[in-house]
Amino acid sequence: MQNILSVQSLTKKFDDFTAVKEISFNVETGSIFAFLGPNGAGKSTTIKMLTTVLKPTSGEISINGFNALKEQDKARASFGIVFQDSSLDEELTAYENIVYHAVIYKVPKKERDERIRKALEIVGLWNRREDYVKNYSGGMKRRLEIARALVHYPKILFLDEPTVGLDPQTRNSIWDHIKKLNEERNMTIFLTTHYMEEAEAVADQIAIIDHGKIIESGTVEEIKKRTETESLEEAFLKLTGRDIRDDNDSGNKVRTIRGMRRRTRH
Amino acid sequence: MIEVIYILWLRQLKHYWRSKARLLGSLGQPLLFLVTFGFGFGPMYTRASGGANYLDFLAPGIVSMSILFTAVFSGLEVIWDRQFGFLKETMVAPISRTEIMIGKTFGGATIAMIQGLIVLSLTYLMGFRIPSLASLAVGLIFMFLIAIFFTGLGLAIASKMKDMQGFQLIMNFLIMPIFFLSGALFPLENLPQAIYFVSRIDPLTYGVDGLRGAIAGVSVFGIYNDLAVIGLLSVLVCLIGAFMFSKIEA
Repeated sequence: MQNILSVQSLTKKFDDFTAVKEISFNVETGSIFAFLGPNGAGKSTTIKMLTTVLKPTSGEISINGFNALKEQDKARASFGIVFQDSSLDEELTAYENIVYHAVIYKVPKKERDERIRKALEIVGLWNRREDYVKNYSGGMKRRLEIARALVHYPKILFLDEPTVGLDPQTRNSIWDHIKKLNEERNMTIFLTTHYMEEAEAVADQIAIIDHGKIIESGTVEEIKKRTETESLEEAFLKLTGRDIRDDNDSGNKVRTIRGMRRRTRH
Repeated sequence: MIEVIYILWLRQLKHYWRSKARLLGSLGQPLLFLVTFGFGFGPMYTRASGGANYLDFLAPGIVSMSILFTAVFSGLEVIWDRQFGFLKETMVAPISRTEIMIGKTFGGATIAMIQGLIVLSLTYLMGFRIPSLASLAVGLIFMFLIAIFFTGLGLAIASKMKDMQGFQLIMNFLIMPIFFLSGALFPLENLPQAIYFVSRIDPLTYGVDGLRGAIAGVSVFGIYNDLAVIGLLSVLVCLIGAFMFSKIEA
């Protein structure tokens, strides 16, 4: 199998703190890859580097065969991303948001209308396309962001916590869309999530990152076997511990709060 | 390339057009200055200058002021884009940072021009007259250059700012001094040495002087000198802005 994404000894230092330490991994074309870790483990920093918005201190990233540090624009054209926080223009309509995207991603003018219609139909927002985004609910915004990320036909789709803060109905529907895209278009999916059961249900390959290092990777079955646990959640907790982390992924030192252990005795 | 710049430009114009409150609100300040200064200092100016009309002096200054503020605000809007997450959407796209800078500069400058033209029409209502179409044309060139320079400046500053915390600092220690020391409100002759010096390094001084020379026929440095200075500065600020945009990390 070919690798759509390949990462070699990727490192990011902020002043005296190393957020990501020499991580290496490969993502196979057409797979669903889940990148898991507690808050502050280095997930978002890694995604920012993979998507060219943050420069690594050292290391290599190859996306769709392009060096993400030297051939930035070719790498950028190869992926789509749904960020952790909303990145829509609320003062524009849903349709205008997608047209903006299609133009800056240089989607050929002839194909634009058709592609936008398809993407909006996939996420069920075609009838609401003329609404201002500020009038959308949280779930609709997420679906719109996914639709937007599809318009330029990315080879790999990055989803940074795509279902956070959504109700179960919306979460299910979003995962259905994602699985369909993966199967029908052979689109590689790279996702992060804190919902272990979701990762367990969809992911072909999993990597768990903590304190800036990848501490475990493989299929769900392999990880459960190696950690001698029944579910991915148990495996995750066994590997990363039960201490609560401060969510400060972007720079400062990671602190842990003691005291959660008591609960586990019962 | 052209279409990318166009869509960035269009987005800013849509924002401007849809926000009627902002459109109207930003006319309040120039109108207030025109009326209070115009009527307040008018008679004094006429006596001191031996018969000249203060409105002829003030109108180009207030037009420049409205362009200055609108342009800087448009540039600083990038900070909102950053806070609301939309900047990331633009920054991960396979387009050059220079295209982004050009699109945003033209967008902001167009809005500032529209604002300047509205204020110019207001001065007409108050009795200010431009001698000929040719002088209006030259005036428009100066208005456009002022708009480009200050949008570029706003963008360059915004590329370094994470949030709106530093906004007051920039307004009170950069933009306000640029406005007050540009000669928009009062003549720059006979000033104390220090203030005289600062007014000479103020980019808006040359914009105001050129615009005044074009549409009111009074210029201290000469229109061509003004044109050279503000033109060169506009190119320079855009180059610096493009460089700073290439360094932005989300």
